[in-house]
This record gives sequence, C-alpha cells and structure tokens, in this order.
Amino acid sequence: MIGIEHYIVVSSILFVLGVLGIFLNRKNIIVIMMAIELILLAVTLNLVAFSAFLHDLTGQIFAMFVLTVAAGEAAVGLAILVIYFRARGSIAVDDVNRMKG
Amino acid sequence: MSWMASLRLTVAEDVLSVAGFLLLLWAGWAGDRAAKAIGWAAMLALVGAAVVTLPALMNGAMGPGASAFYGQYADDAFAAFAKLLIYASAIGCLLIAPAFFAKLGQHRAEYPVLLLLAVLGMGLMVSATNLITLYIGLELNSLAAYVMAAMLRGNERSAEAGLKYFVLGALASGILLFGMSLTYGFAGTTSFAGIHAAFHGPMQLGATFGMVFVLVGLGFKMSAVPMHMWTPDVYEGAPTPVTTFFSTAPKVAAMALTMRVLLGPFGAQVHSWQPIIITAALASIVVGALGAIGQRNIKRLLAYSSINNVGFILIGLAAATPAGAAAMLVYLAIYVAMSLGAFVAVLMLKDVDGNQLEDIGDLAGLSGQRKVLSACLAMLMFSLAGIPPLFGFWGKFVVFQAAVAAGLVPLAAIGIAASVIGAFYYLKIVKLMYFDEPAGRALGKSGWEHQAVLAICAAFVSPIGYLLTKWLGGLAAVAASALFHT
Repeated sequence: MIGIEHYIVVSSILFVLGVLGIFLNRKNIIVIMMAIELILLAVTLNLVAFSAFLHDLTGQIFAMFVLTVAAGEAAVGLAILVIYFRARGSIAVDDVNRMKG
Repeated sequence: MSWMASLRLTVAEDVLSVAGFLLLLWAGWAGDRAAKAIGWAAMLALVGAAVVTLPALMNGAMGPGASAFYGQYADDAFAAFAKLLIYASAIGCLLIAPAFFAKLGQHRAEYPVLLLLAVLGMGLMVSATNLITLYIGLELNSLAAYVMAAMLRGNERSAEAGLKYFVLGALASGILLFGMSLTYGFAGTTSFAGIHAAFHGPMQLGATFGMVFVLVGLGFKMSAVPMHMWTPDVYEGAPTPVTTFFSTAPKVAAMALTMRVLLGPFGAQVHSWQPIIITAALASIVVGALGAIGQRNIKRLLAYSSINNVGFILIGLAAATPAGAAAMLVYLAIYVAMSLGAFVAVLMLKDVDGNQLEDIGDLAGLSGQRKVLSACLAMLMFSLAGIPPLFGFWGKFVVFQAAVAAGLVPLAAIGIAASVIGAFYYLKIVKLMYFDEPAGRALGKSGWEHQAVLAICAAFVSPIGYLLTKWLGGLAAVAASALFHT
C-alpha cells in the first residue's frame, strides 16, 4: 500500500534534486530552468498527494494555480534568457559575471 | 457574502487591474510614442486606488467585515497602510522614470503598465489571508519585476540583472511553495485563520519544516541575510528608476506579508520563529553594514544600506507585539522616503552631457557645485545612519523601544552597537561631498520631477518630520491592531 509518506519522500527527493540542480550546475542556464521546473513539479505532487489524503479539493485547485503560474514564469524566464543571449552571446553559467557577487 | 460586496472591498485592486489592462491595450496600440501619457495615466490610476484605500485605514477596518471572497482577501487597516505606502512609492518611481529612459532613447510604454501590474500583485500580497492569494500576488509582483529589471534590453548589465533576479527569485518562490504545500498538508487548509487554529499547540516536524521554508522564501523577497545575495547585483544592474522601485514598494509588500504570515497563521508559534527572525535581523544589520564599506558603486552601496535597514525593521517583528508591528510600519514609512530620496539623488548625478554617474568618486566635492543636491543627500545619509535630529532616528528609536518592551534587551543593544558600524559609510559619503577635492564631473542639470521628489523626501526625513510622529504613530497603531484581531 502506498501511503502519504511515500509521496512526501518522492516529492522531497525531487525538490532537493531541483535545488541541487540550480547550485551544482556549471554548464548553462537552460538546465537551471529545468531544475526550477522540477521544484515546482515536486510542489504540485505534494499538493495533489495531500489533497487526496485529506479528501480536500483545495490542494488540487492550488496545484492548478501552480501549474499556470509555472507556465508564465517559464515564458518570462525564457524571454529574459533570449535578451541576455542577444546582449552577451552566451548562456554559460560561468559567463554571468559582469557584476561581482 | 455576495460577489458585489466582495468586489466593493477589493475596489483598489479592481481599479488597478482594469487600468492595467486598458493601459496595456493603449501601449500596444500607440506604442512607445504614448509612453509619457501612459505614465501619467498610470499615476492617475494609483492616486485613484489610494483614494479608495484610504477609508479602510481611517475607519480602522478589521475582522470579518473586512474579509472578501470567502476569506481569501482582507481589506483591513493593516493592508490599507501598507498599500498607501506602496502606491506612494510607485507614484514616485513613475514620476522619476521618463527623464532617465528618454535620455537612453529607451522610454517604453510597457514600463508604467508593468509597474502597475507589480503594484497590483503587491496589493494582493499585503491583503492575502489565504496561501493561494498570497502565492498569486507574490508571483504577479515577481514576474513583472523580473521583466522590469531587464528593461534596458540592449544593456548587458540590465539583462544580467534580470537573469539573476529571475533564477534566484524562481528558486525562492519554489522554496516558499514547498513550504506552503507542507503547511497545507499538516494544517489541512490554506486559509490563514484555519492554519492558526490547526497550529495552536506544539507543531509536528513537517509543519515546522513548512514554516521554515515559507520564512526562507519570504526572507528572499525582503532580502534579509542570508537570502540577500541577489540584492547588490540586481540593484546595480537594473536601470536606476527600477532599482528605486525595487528598494521601496516590494520591500514594503514583502515585509507586510511576512508580518501577516508570522503574526497570523503562525501567531501561536512565536517561540519557534522568533530565534530565526532575531538571527536574520542581526545578520542583516551586520552584513549590510560591513558589505557596504568597500563598495565603489553607489547603487551597490545603497543595496547594502537597504539590507541593513531590513535588519532594523525585523527587530520590530522579533518583538511579536502590537507595539512592535506598529514600530515596523512607522520605520517602513520613513525607510520608503529615505530610500526613494537617496535613489533620486543618484539619478540626479549626471555629467554635462546628461549621462548617469554611479561611481562614489564622482561625489567628491559635490557641495561646491550643487549645494542643494548635496545638502539633501547629506541629510538622507544622516537619516539613514539614524542620527538625531533627523527623522530616520525616530524609526530606529520606536523599533528598539518595542524590542526592549518585549524583553529583547540584548537584541536591542547589539542592534544599536551595529548601527554605529553602519554610520561609518554613510558619513564617508558626507565627507566625500563636503571635504574632498572636487571631481567636477556631476555638473548636469536635472528635471523638475527629480527635484520635486527629492525635495519631498528630504523634507519628510528632516526634523520637520517629527511633526508627523503622532499622526503616523496613531495610524500605524490602528493598522497593527488589525493584524492582531482574530
């Protein structure tokens, strides 16, 4: 029997993978976008699992909001990435260093 | 409660969203030629929203009567106070933008529209009484802000600022969301009142995790240490009017949202979040003060200054009392004026050809050539350092008073000691302007909009501001009491 704790474990693993993907990735920014998407999917899984477990629809409604906003976020992110590529000619993570920080 | 009654309570948001859509159509139809007119129309919409927000603050609205859309949204005095601050700073940021962008030939019609949508998101943030409303408001604000940071499309630094802000902002939203999903799972509801009822006793481990994740996400939006690393880069790279906006309105919104979340749904768990807030407050004060010392770029320096100020504001939150919350609101009001004024002064630093100057060295000997500008900037710096008799001192005073009244004497003592370190770099700027050899670069003239905004901000932080203490304190107390009304 698969219980709520299995879902939480899977979503936590996905979440940690997403966060690690942002910090450990040294290659390019597209991979960072994918890692962000992974984090949001971990959240969605969590919400839907809790919703089923609690017999409460709010979690599923929340999940739909998250999916919608994630789509908008990806669109804005890719647009900024395109501008950055035009200005800089590269999307390598190590090249994002015009300002120290 | 009926639809119409709910719409009446959310009238400020209705005005802003309708205005936002209409202006977007106008911008799409008329293009950048209409940028200036759209800017004025956006200011008009903000004034309208402020006028309809005012009654909630004056009547001290709170409780179920102020709750709209089945507990999703609260039009209470607290939200009204925060919204008025947000609207005022947004109007200031709209006023100062055209001259900057026109000089670069990049005056786009989208700027006022994006700003309006960001302000709409902030209004939702400060009024949210449900995790879903909170999330939608936060994202509406953030998505508009990412685009605004990358507004100067051809400029490498602006694009990089947008990219950095986007990646780190998306990470913060992800962490916040994960925390909200855990909170939902352990409380069984997304409404703030429901979460408060569910988390009355000792919290389970998962719920504590949820709370900490939510705090981390919010800390990022406030740029509290250790979630501050994006701030200097984004502030430096973004166009100066946008930086001005970032350092005022979203700070108010994020801070007000954090107050509502910590004192509302997690209000019964003060003992578990108080150590986190105390640590973040002290770390912000120290990092903000030390980080600013070596900076050459004025915008970077002001970024550290804003981190420093966030630390002082958080001291009021650590007190977790109505007095502490009221003190935070007073500090926020003063902080908005100081920050807006300081960035407008930076905008006014131009060479003879009208190009912006951002290096600290350009300030040298400024008092010889531009007496009024350097006097105003000096006053703002003294105020940011919290030196009496300027109004910035009052903000720090009420916050420390609330902390001492709540029994947090060591916190207040360390905070006062650390504010002395911070005074060092503020005074360095004053010394540069008044006692160093003139660099003779910042000779450009500035428009009346900049002068007017700077004059208002400088007058507010000058000792004249003390005439407002009673009025401001009274409004802040009413607003804070709405937060503690359950």
